[in-house]
Parts: sequence; C-alpha cells; structure tokens
Amino acid sequence: MTTTALSLSDVTVAYDGVTAVDRVSLELPHGEVLAVLGPSGCGKSTLLRAVAGLEPLTEGRIRFAGEDVDHLPTHKRGFALMFQDGQLFAHLSVARNVGYALRLRRLGRAETASRVAELLELVGLTGYADRLPATLSGGERQRVALARALAVEPRLLLLDEPLSALDATLRERLAVDLRGILRAAGTTALMVTHDHDEAFTVADRLAVMRRGRLVQSGPIADVWAAPADEETALFLGYARVLTGADAARVLAAAGQPATASLAVRRSALVADEAGCLPGTVVSARATPDQVRLVVDVDGIGDLDAVAPLGSHHAPGERVSLRVDPSRVAPIPTG
Amino acid sequence: MAGHHHALTRRLLTLAGLAVGPVLVLGVFFVLPVSGMVALGFWPDGAFDPGGVLEVLARPRVHRVAWFTVWSASAATLLSVVLGMPAAFALHRLAIPGRRLVRAALLVPFVLPTVVVGVAFRELLGESGPLGFLGLDGTPVAIIAGLVFFNVAVVVRAVGAAWESLDPRPGEAAAALGATPWQVFRTVTLPALRPAVVGAASVVFLFCATAFGIVLTLGGVRYATVETEIYLLTTTLFDLQAAAALSVLQLLVVTVLLALAARLRAVPDPSAHRAVVRARGVRVPDVPAVAATGVLLLAVAAPIATLVAGSLQTTEGWGLDNYRALTTTGDDGALLVPVTEALVTSLRTAVDATWMALLFGLVVGIVVTRRSHTRTERRVRSVLDGFFMLPLGVSAVTLGFGFLITLDRPPVDLRDSALLVPIAQALVALPLVVRTIVPVLAGIDDRQRQAAASLGATPWRALLTVDLPALWKPLVAASGFAFAVSLGEFGATAFLARDERPTVPVVIFRLIGHPGEMNYGMALAASVVLAAATAVVVLAVERLRVPSVGAF
Amino acid sequence: MTTRLRARMFAATALLVTGCSTMGGETAEAPEPSPSTPGAAEEAGGEVVLVTHESFHLPEKLVKAFESESGYDLTTRAAGDAGTLAAKLSLTADNPTGDVAFGIDNTFASRPLDEDVFDAFSPTLPEGAEDHVLEEGADRLTPIDTGSVCVNIDRTWFEEEGLEPPRTLDDLVDPAYKGLFVTPGAPTSSPGMAFLLATVAEYGEDGWHDYWADLIANDVKIVDGWEDAYYGDFTQGGGKGTRPIVLSYDSSPAFTVPEGADESTTEALLDTCFRQVEYAGVLAGADNPVGGQAVIEWLLTDEVQSALPTSMYVFPVSATATIPDDWAKHAEQPTEPLEVSPEDIAAHREEWLTEWQDITTR
Repeated sequence: MTTTALSLSDVTVAYDGVTAVDRVSLELPHGEVLAVLGPSGCGKSTLLRAVAGLEPLTEGRIRFAGEDVDHLPTHKRGFALMFQDGQLFAHLSVARNVGYALRLRRLGRAETASRVAELLELVGLTGYADRLPATLSGGERQRVALARALAVEPRLLLLDEPLSALDATLRERLAVDLRGILRAAGTTALMVTHDHDEAFTVADRLAVMRRGRLVQSGPIADVWAAPADEETALFLGYARVLTGADAARVLAAAGQPATASLAVRRSALVADEAGCLPGTVVSARATPDQVRLVVDVDGIGDLDAVAPLGSHHAPGERVSLRVDPSRVAPIPTG
Repeated sequence: MAGHHHALTRRLLTLAGLAVGPVLVLGVFFVLPVSGMVALGFWPDGAFDPGGVLEVLARPRVHRVAWFTVWSASAATLLSVVLGMPAAFALHRLAIPGRRLVRAALLVPFVLPTVVVGVAFRELLGESGPLGFLGLDGTPVAIIAGLVFFNVAVVVRAVGAAWESLDPRPGEAAAALGATPWQVFRTVTLPALRPAVVGAASVVFLFCATAFGIVLTLGGVRYATVETEIYLLTTTLFDLQAAAALSVLQLLVVTVLLALAARLRAVPDPSAHRAVVRARGVRVPDVPAVAATGVLLLAVAAPIATLVAGSLQTTEGWGLDNYRALTTTGDDGALLVPVTEALVTSLRTAVDATWMALLFGLVVGIVVTRRSHTRTERRVRSVLDGFFMLPLGVSAVTLGFGFLITLDRPPVDLRDSALLVPIAQALVALPLVVRTIVPVLAGIDDRQRQAAASLGATPWRALLTVDLPALWKPLVAASGFAFAVSLGEFGATAFLARDERPTVPVVIFRLIGHPGEMNYGMALAASVVLAAATAVVVLAVERLRVPSVGAF
Repeated sequence: MTTRLRARMFAATALLVTGCSTMGGETAEAPEPSPSTPGAAEEAGGEVVLVTHESFHLPEKLVKAFESESGYDLTTRAAGDAGTLAAKLSLTADNPTGDVAFGIDNTFASRPLDEDVFDAFSPTLPEGAEDHVLEEGADRLTPIDTGSVCVNIDRTWFEEEGLEPPRTLDDLVDPAYKGLFVTPGAPTSSPGMAFLLATVAEYGEDGWHDYWADLIANDVKIVDGWEDAYYGDFTQGGGKGTRPIVLSYDSSPAFTVPEGADESTTEALLDTCFRQVEYAGVLAGADNPVGGQAVIEWLLTDEVQSALPTSMYVFPVSATATIPDDWAKHAEQPTEPLEVSPEDIAAHREEWLTEWQDITTR
C-alpha cells in the first residue's frame, strides 16, 4: 500500500533564456527511491535543485504529500540534500557536521550525541566523531554527508550523484550500502546519477532525462525491459541496438515476435552448441567471470557474446550462439 | 640524513635571502626611526631613565586617552564590519546594475583630505546642517561616523572579494538541512569568511586607532586619542618622555591585536575551495542587504555631495568658476602651482609608492606563503607576516620625527631625500597589498611549481610560469589600493621634507587654511578632482580584477 | 597570453612606470655642487637650504631674482606646522637639515633658543622691525613678519539682527552674545593657543581661568582647527555656519570684501589681539652659514616684505614695504596687542594647556 510522496507537474526551469528543465512531470511513492538517470548536462541536477528549492521554477508545480511546496524556501521544505562531493563543513568535526541539523533544532546535548553516534554506526564510521573532514577519504566523506542528511529524518532525501566522485570498487560497495541504509531507514529518496549501475543498485524506480526532458519513467524493471528508444537503451547499458532484419533474426532465435528494433546487452548472446545463430569467432578475451567474445554472426556482422569460463574459442573457430531473452529488450518505436 | 639536513639549511637560507630585502627596508624605515624616538624618551639626558616613562603611563589622562582610543576604534571597526558586510554581499554576489561604479565610489573617501571631509561632515551635522537636529557635532558619535566613512570600503572590498569566490554549495547544503538564511550565514558563510573579516577588521582597527585629522576635526578638542596626544606632546609640549611612553603603549596594543588577529584568522582547514560564481539576480531574501547597501551608499554619498555642491557654488550662484581656477595659481598667484600641476606631482609620487609597495608586497607574499617544513620555519613566517602590518599601527608623528633623527648620517642620510615620501606611503600601503596577494599565492598548489621544476624550469622560470599568471590580476588590484592610499595620504608625510612641488592634498590644505570664498571653493573643487581621479583609477583597476582575488 | 608576452608586458609596464615616477622625471635632483669646491663656501655660491613650515611661500619671480643676484641655489624644505618646525629644529640641533630656518614664532621661540639651534647673526633691520625683536635671543632670531590673532565679527549679521556687536574680550561673556562665538582649541591650533595667551595677558595668570569658565557658560564653541571654526561655524565662512563671532586674524577682513563693495562684511576687534611674530635664524652647524645669512637679508628686502601679504597672509615688519590696497583699506593692525613673553610661554605652556583642558572639558 503506497501513497504518492513527491509529485512534479510540468516543472520548468530556465535561466538566461535557456531551458534547463522542460515540463517534467514525475511521481514518487512514499518509501521508495527514484533515480533520475541522464547524461551530464541533461538538466537532472537542475531538477534536483529545483525540488530542493535552490532554483526558482519558471513554470509548473512541486507538491509533497498533496501540498504545494514550491513557494517554500529550501529550509522549510523538510528535504535534505546530499551533494556529489558531500559539501561537509570544513570547519566542523565529523560529529558536529552530522549533528548540525539537530543543533539547529535545539535538540538536547545528550540526545544529539546519542543520535550522532547512532548515525555514525549506521554509515559504518564509529570512532570518527572528532576527525576533521580534510582528514577523511572520499568514501568516508560521502558516508558522513549521508549521515548528516539522514539526521534530520527528512521527508525526502535528495542525492546529487552521491557516489560518482569515488573509484569504481568503492562505488559498487557503497551503492549496496546506500541501498541498505535507505531501506533500513525507510527513507523516500530522489537521486540523480549518470551511472546506470548505480541507479539499478540503489533505486526502485527510474526516470530517464535527456536535453531537459523526461524520456521515460517507471518501476526500474519495466524501464529496463522496455527502453523507450535507441538512445535510452544505449544509455541504460545496452551494448547495441539492432534494427530491421537483424533484429528479427535475433528475436526469432529467442523465439519472440519481431519488432522494429532490438536492444542487446553484451551478454545477451551465449556460446552454446544448442544455439541457433552460427558465426565465426573474431576475438576472445578472458575476464574473471566469463570469456568475452566478438563473433561475426552469419548475415548480421560483428556482435558481442559470452562464453562460460574455461571454454576455449580461438579466432576463426566456428561457434553457435543462444539468445538469453532476459537480456534483450524490444524497442517498439523504431 | 645529511642530505635532508642540507636541503633544510638551503630552504632556510633561501627564505632568509628573500626576506632580507623587505626586512632591511622595514628595519631602516620603521624600526630604526621608531626606536630612535622612543630612545629619546627612555634616555632623556643621555642617561637611561625609564622611570619617567613609567610615571607617564600612570597618569589618569593617559588612561583616559588610551581607553578612548581603544573603544572608539573598536566601535568604528565593529560598525564598519556590520555596515560593510551587507554591501560586500550585495555588491559582489548580486547582479545589481552599476555595482562596479558603486564599489569604486565607496573607495573615494579613502583619498579625501580629512580637513575637507571634516568641513563636509560638519556642514551636515553642524548646528544649521540638515542633520543638525541630531546634536552629533563634536560628539564621539561624529568621530565614529567619520572613521566608518573612511574605512568601510576596506571591509566591502576585502570581504567582498572573498565572498565573491566563496563556494555557495555548503550554504545550500545547510539550507537543505533546515537552516534558515540567518542560520546559514552564521554557521556556514561567516566561518568561511572569517579570515577575510578578521583581516579587514584588523586593518580597519589600525587605521582607526591611528587616525589623526578626523578625530581632531570631528571631535573638537574634547576628545584626544593616543595619536593626537603624541602629536600634542611632541610638537607643542616637547614632552618626549610622555610621547615615547604612548608610542610604546601603542606598539604593545598593536602587537597584541595582530597576534590575536593571526589566531582568529587561522581556520581548521585552510584549503579554501575557491569557485567562480556568477552573480545572481536579486531575490526577496536579499532585500534587506540591498536596502542596507543603499543606506550605506547614501551615508557615504551625503558628505561627498556636500563637497560637490560647495565646489559648484560661486559668488554669482552656481558655476564652474572654482574648477576653472584650478588651472591657475589663484588670485595674486597665491598658490605655489596650479592644482593641475599638483595633480601630476601627486600621480608621480603615487606611481613610486605603488611600485615600491607592490615590490615589497610581492616578496613578503612569497616569503610568508611558501610551504613551511618545520614548526620554527612556520613561526618565522607568521611573525614576518605580522611584522609588515606594524607600520599601520604606529604613530605617524613618532615615525616622522624618527626619520629626522635617525636617518641623518651616512650610510642612511636620507631624511631630505625625495624618496622618503613615497617610501613612507609604500609602508602604509604594504599591508593592503600583502593581504590582497597572500591568499592567491597561498592558493597556488605547490605541486604545480614542482611540476614545472620537474620539466626543467629554474625557480625563477617556475615563478614566471606558475605564479605570475595567477598573480597578475591581484597585483593590479592591489596597485589600485596602493595608488589610492598614496594619492590621499597627507598625515604620515606632513613631517617629511617634501619635494618642492606640492601634491594635491598639500595644495588643498593650503587653500583651506586661509580666508576667502574663492579659496574655500577651490579647495572643495580640488578635493572633487582628487576624488574623481581616484575613482577613475579604481574603476580601471576593477576592469582588470581577478574573479577570485582572495581575502585580506 | 603566453608567459613570454606577459613578461615582456611586465617589463614594458615597469619602464613606463619608472618613466613617470618622481625619479625618472625632471624633478630628479640636480648634481649637488660640492661644498668643498674652493671658494664656494667663503664666497657667494653653492646651495643654501631653507627649513620652514608648510605655509611658507614666495613668488617664484622673487626666488629666481635672489638666486641670480646672489649666486646661491635656494632649496626650500617646507613641512609641518610651526610647532612641528620648532620640534624638528630642536631635535636636529646637532645635525641640522639646512642652513637657515624661517617660521619660528614668539610662542615657540624659547625652546629652539634653549637647545642652541641658532648661530648669532644680526643683520641691519629695516625701519619698523625693531619693534618686534625678542628680549631674549635678539642676537640670533631676526623678525620677518607679523600677524595678529583677533576676534572677528560678521558685521552684516549684527546689522541684520539690530544687535550692537561686541568690542572687547569682556563683551564675549555678556549673555547678549550667548552662543555666538566659535574658536579653535589651544592644544590643537596655533591661533587657538594665541587666543589663550591673549586671555592670559588680559586677565593675568590668576584671572584667565574664571574668564574661560564664563566663556563656557556663555556657550562658546571650541573646535579643532582654524579651518573648522572659520569655514564650519562662522557665518561669513562660505559654508553654512551659524556663529557671527570667530577667532581669526587681523588680516581676515581683507578677504571678505564683496566684489564691487568698498566695505568688508567682517571686522577684527583690535582690543582682543595677540601678536605673533615670525623669525628667521642661521642654523648652528650649517654647511653654508654665509648663504643662510644672505637668505635672511633677502627676506628683509622691501621686495620680499611687500610680497608677504599676498603670499603668506601676514604683515611685513618693514615700515617701508608696500601693502596691497585692500589690506591697507580693510585690514587694520592692532597698535597695542596683548603680550606674553616667550619665556613665560615656555615655562607655563604645559600647565596652562592642562588647566585650559580641565576647564573646557569639565
């Protein structure tokens, strides 16, 4: 049973005559995490700032739990914003950063201290209370920023590329942690990111933005399974989009009806003797999880494929490919 | 170990080598003269007798004078900061039309001769003036108002420059955590601006505590400060013991203040993130700041408007006669030179003072900002930093007479050199220059110099490649400040042998020192010309100013 | 912009800057004639340095004439007010900054005399100058000009108000003139000090305190400098003043004659005057004492004496000098000014100033 928390209708932000956000409408149910995904410069950060009240709307409405909030200044919206690089207050210790909002609310000293300790434990930074931000690693800073944002128990948490300043492995681990922490706290959150993996790990719902406009939105699995167009598919991490006869052949191999285009992930084709797409191996490269192949599929051309670890496929060798239907997505409109 | 030791020694030697120039200059032109005058007090008849000095410090009048100096300068500093902060914000952060012009206009009081400002203030506050009903003439309130009038620009420019390049996102993060605009200012913006505010406030305090003419003019004879008292004791009463006592007192207070300021200026994380932020439009919450700026501008403009109006008044009503007269030597050739010629002299002296202040300032800046490797090294650098602020806080009378009695024999027989005036002015401008370029120098990543060195650049070449491009604009900005200081400076050099060609403030002083309606009008007109020349220089500099010129 | 270009611009700017500095320009000091040149010191010639206060000024024509007739190069070092000059001369007594000094007045004369600042020199005085020689130190200091500090009144104001103007110091404490008088203060202003001395002379060492208390009770306004009093508060000062009685000089009425009128709007009260006389003397230890003597003799010539009113706003000591018409007509000198001896002034200055401050800031 979910009700709508955040609701945007026709939100437009323009400055100096340039429209950064163009009539975006969105809904986010209570307790869920929505990721706004898009390339840099698509307007997603501006949208987030508009929700936070840091950019004035040119048009449209923002409502929360049925009430208009777009006339409220930032500090009265009850939202918390976590920046890409954390934006910790450099002159305050970790504990004072986390307890910042609590002090603003004149919470008692003891209560603040215990709440701060609780939050630091939640983000895995017990014992860091007296450190200054300058002495922390990038990942630790983001954890402090998250704890600080959660301290206010915001009705809505706004996350601006929370993990993109971190290196790949740390990002992956922190994404899982972030999801766990948000779930545990039952927080409603709006996150913008350009990283689809991050979006998939953390969010329940996905909205794709391009050039200021909302291209597609919905539950994450739905968007994943049916990208609205070729560009969206590529941005969601599909390796290629096949069209016309090529698309029909691959779909036929998967036993599915033909569509105008087909988005194919890198791992959609699997080397399998029982497969019905023959081709010639162009190259093969072993990774820790699987062997990655490029196969010249008869009648289509070079396509990515995978083979189980331990199998050997030399270039020039003939091979048969099977289609994994969960890793292809038909695109209805050409 | 030996290699490490060797490198350390070399660093210290380089530091000493760089520092020796400015230290020598300050030693000769500041330490030597001041200690010479103070010594006259401690050795009254050639024999050491500190008792006389100590006895002076016990006089109730000295306590009264010292107390009045401290509280009036503190009040004026506080007021300058309080009034300057909203203007710093509005004029550097908001896209207000004409803000460059307003910023330049606020600097104009800096160069106006105090005698003229005094007359203008008293036309406003005097018994028949439009603000006469307030009954402020001759009260401490009038003195403090005058001090604020002269110094508020320092706060606006110094804090504004820091504010301009302040990253807005921590503030936004705080707002998003529920902080009201006032809480954001108090808990995030103010701590980030603290080095700039403290730096500006300490400069303002030194200017106020050593202000001379304005205290006398606006306070009448009822209020004496340490500075006016030193003048009286030295020139009228010839009580050198008492003057020495007050000079020592002044030096002590200033040293304590500078130490305090250095401590307050230090922040936990000095790696300030500078960003170029676009000025934004005015929003509803900005209205109080904009309104406060308007009020400040009016308050600064009112005395200036009085001057302009006075300069346009002639015996036959309104006219430009006073301005036309500036190209002549006045009736009966009463003036030594036409004011136009004096302006040329003023500009020449200002050019000298400016390049000297820039040169010293640059070297001092490099010396105090190079990364320290040991605690001792760091301490030496911070002591040097404070040392170069001292000339601002010491009596011009003591310094001026000190020049006469200490620089009188070879190898430093300089007391009649035409260079003394620009050197004295350069010493006054030096703290402003240092405070402008130090943050920029400190902000240059040392690794860039290391990168240049690793590519084969000599230290000198690395300086040209890495530092000069970043310093170019702040140097130009600092030069505007130094130029303005020199153009308007009168008090500190009134005791020195001048070039036979008078500067504009000297001519103004001469004009207003004698009766006659034309003299008065010409003095006002010359002041307006001086103010306009300053505004033009400052505006030209504004065009060149670097967006992220750091804090004072 | 490349670094090279920048560096070049930097160099160009530096050149430009030195070009218009005081050193690069024509003001650069001419090579000093060496004092050891044979005959230079004994005969006329070489540089002679005049140390004086900031109000010193003589027409360039006269200076040029002096230089060509005498063969000396006259260098003037003018800085600070009269008090500063006296302090400066006293402090540099053993190593003077010039050859001759002008501008020591009778209120400041005794300190430099005590410090042996001057060498003996007694030129032939022009007619009239005898009246102004000092009792002590006449052998060393030569009178050059005089000017009296007098209470001035705005005659038009009193005419308009139908009020009989004051005439004497006593009148100033009359309640009829309450709130009408403004004067600069004694500690900060040379005429202010002169006025204090005038009251000391008039009411005696025991009586002046009461007089000042009465002045305060009669709402006298005390300001910092003469400029503040005259231009800030005086009704004829050109500003917006409200007080028709001001402390100024005996010459001041000559400057308030409206164009086309033949009467001044102001008048100096000649019974309230304290006379200041400015002296010149050859400095002990001067490099060029003969040149210094020549300067003093030149200052006493009728050419220089006649130029004093328009150049320095003071009266000549020489009776044979010509005075400008408007001075002759509108600026009357007191015949019997109030006097206090320089020795008394030196002995009591601090005490009187302190007592004066106690009374006025009570």
